[in-house]
Amino acid sequence: MTQDLRCEEVIEKLLEYLDRELDTETEHALARHMETCRACFTRAEFERKLRARVSEAGKAKAPESLRRRVRTIIEHY
Amino acid sequence: MTSIGTPLRAFFESEVERLLDRLYGTALRLTRNRADAEDLVADTLAKAWVKLPELRDRQAFEKWVFRILVNGFISERRKRQARPREVTAATTCGEDTFSLFEKVHQPFLLWWGNPEQELLDKLLREDIESAVEELPEEFRLVVVMIELWGLSYAETANTLDIPIGTVRSRLSRGRSLLQGALWRQAGEAGIAPGNAKGDAR
Ligand SMILES: [Zn+2]
Repeated sequence: MTQDLRCEEVIEKLLEYLDRELDTETEHALARHMETCRACFTRAEFERKLRARVSEAGKAKAPESLRRRVRTIIEHY
Repeated sequence: MTSIGTPLRAFFESEVERLLDRLYGTALRLTRNRADAEDLVADTLAKAWVKLPELRDRQAFEKWVFRILVNGFISERRKRQARPREVTAATTCGEDTFSLFEKVHQPFLLWWGNPEQELLDKLLREDIESAVEELPEEFRLVVVMIELWGLSYAETANTLDIPIGTVRSRLSRGRSLLQGALWRQAGEAGIAPGNAKGDAR
């Protein structure tokens, strides 16, 4: 049986929680905490949405010149 | 005359089609210029195409090709700069725990509605792109690998050949810098509730 976490502990581990890098037990403890703590839940939602926005920055429409180069690569090797 | 069979080619073409915009976007964030980004993606895919028969697990293609891209970027960098870059000011000073949420989630703002959501909605794509590009390279790499490509800490450590503790600290610093940059930009654009002057503190 794990002890209940305090909000500060949740905040400290929050980003690793969202990265799915915590051990299962700690992950469950955070999930349980957030079922009942609106403040931490709100913060987690914000970080999650911000991350979704940031990950958009990893996508850009590839120009036609690049597409042509890629076709040439596939043809010639 | 080709040694690479047709099913492999079909697989490669469909994966490239699926991933090309992400590879190019990532390359843009890393190189910060279009011509270099194009070269990086073209070199990456040329290597991937040649080495594809060695890849046993096709499910792993996405992460595999992404690692080729990161390694290509790093070795290109090493060629261009004989000396390692000076440690930037951002690396050595400033707080390590800037939190956009804490800036926005202020009691005096909450009665307005939902300032966090408002900020997320109003941040422009370009703001986010330039905030990522502003990050010093060692932080940018880690943020891109974990936040943009969803690599694990262990995979990131492995690809960059650094200890996992270093990944954690660079990620945490990188995120903090990124959120600070977004807060500053939001202030400059007048979209940050409670940050009219663009003060990053
Ligand atoms: Zn809490």
